[in-house]
Amino acid sequence: MVEKNMKSVVNAIEDIPDGATVMIGGFGEAGSPTELIHALIDHGAKDLTIINNNTGNGEVGLAALIGTGQVRKMICSYPRSSHSKVFPELYRAGKIELEIVPQGTLAERIRAGGAGIPAFYTATTVGTPLAEGKEIRQINGRDYVLEYGLSADYALIKCETSDQMGNLIYNKTARNFNPIMCMAADVTIVQARKIVQTGMIDPEHVITPGIFVNRIVEVCEPVTESRLIAEGVSYP
Amino acid sequence: MAELVAADIPDGSYVNLGIGIPELVAKFVPEGREFIYHTENGLLGMGPAPTPGQEDPELINAGKKAVTANPGASYFHHADSFAMIRGGHIDVCVLGAMQVSSDGDLANWSTGAPDAIPAVGGAMDLIAGVKTIFVTTQHTTKTGLAKLVRKCSYPLTGQKVVSRVYSDLAIIDITPEGFRLLKLAPGVTFQEVCEKTDAPLLPANES
Repeated sequence: MVEKNMKSVVNAIEDIPDGATVMIGGFGEAGSPTELIHALIDHGAKDLTIINNNTGNGEVGLAALIGTGQVRKMICSYPRSSHSKVFPELYRAGKIELEIVPQGTLAERIRAGGAGIPAFYTATTVGTPLAEGKEIRQINGRDYVLEYGLSADYALIKCETSDQMGNLIYNKTARNFNPIMCMAADVTIVQARKIVQTGMIDPEHVITPGIFVNRIVEVCEPVTESRLIAEGVSYP
Repeated sequence: MAELVAADIPDGSYVNLGIGIPELVAKFVPEGREFIYHTENGLLGMGPAPTPGQEDPELINAGKKAVTANPGASYFHHADSFAMIRGGHIDVCVLGAMQVSSDGDLANWSTGAPDAIPAVGGAMDLIAGVKTIFVTTQHTTKTGLAKLVRKCSYPLTGQKVVSRVYSDLAIIDITPEGFRLLKLAPGVTFQEVCEKTDAPLLPANES
């Protein structure tokens, strides 16, 4: 039996190399694996391509990772928010690349990447600037845009409960991109609020089957990004 | 505006509400009707904001504000959430606009300014996939420019998607012939709406 349980967040991420493509779960702070992100900052891998819906808030978590200059390119749907300042500054200075992808197309590209589907057609973006240069095909009288599946070298994931086999359960809307990112990465690294003995999760309740999970690490009391921001914390 | 939109949504509809005026639709659900709210970050059966102090940072809406889950709610991941949208399972989407054209094109995500950071979120997916798209908007911009136009000058969010516009002056349908007045706001004349619309406006059908 392969041991998936890691001693610490540091051990869990220590082999991520420079130039890696990393999917990071979460929608805003909900479901963001902040402890794993902070470990990646300490680890120092650079020239990263990061896939997330947003670009983080304040100067913690994903925003802090971007702020250190470790990220070469962001792939996301919405790089602004009321608390995001790190990304906009770097972007305006021409120091970070951006690939903007509509949220549903981003989700489906990730799902496709994990499911072995190289590309698919969608009506989203037809007739808009985001369809420029892309193949358009008419199917049953409607135009569709060709979009390619997305995969990654690593995924950083947050869940509520994992068992020793990496079967996962999430919490409310913190689920968001996490399950599909588990499927789309070569190495999926999960921080769980609680790791239970195998057999303690009802198979009917498993959201992400353990086959999609390589490493798990328990983070019992994860930080809340909005609280850190309110306290004026800036990482590292 | 929000009250008029709510009055036009059938009982039992699955509804996605954009940020701003569209959110207010939930406050005006007519007596005897029930709408089921979808928020694209992964919740069907979204309830109102929690009482202060009861916010859960892992229970939020697409605007990243704290919400609640009604009895019968369900959580799901993003690909399933957008399968509901793209697959035509959501009945009505209400959202704001920067411009709407007389053939139903919508621009609401970018001014196209060179220094603007592009940010699209789920708007393009919603309007390409949801069955009926209602727009709520002020009839003109703060500087008095028409928002209902022949052709959008801002980058499009989607083509030929809007069914109806609810403005502070009128309710206007998008028909194969272009904009057609459905109803004027109290004290507003057809002439005034025509003057503030940068495209031909057909009078209301006699009924």
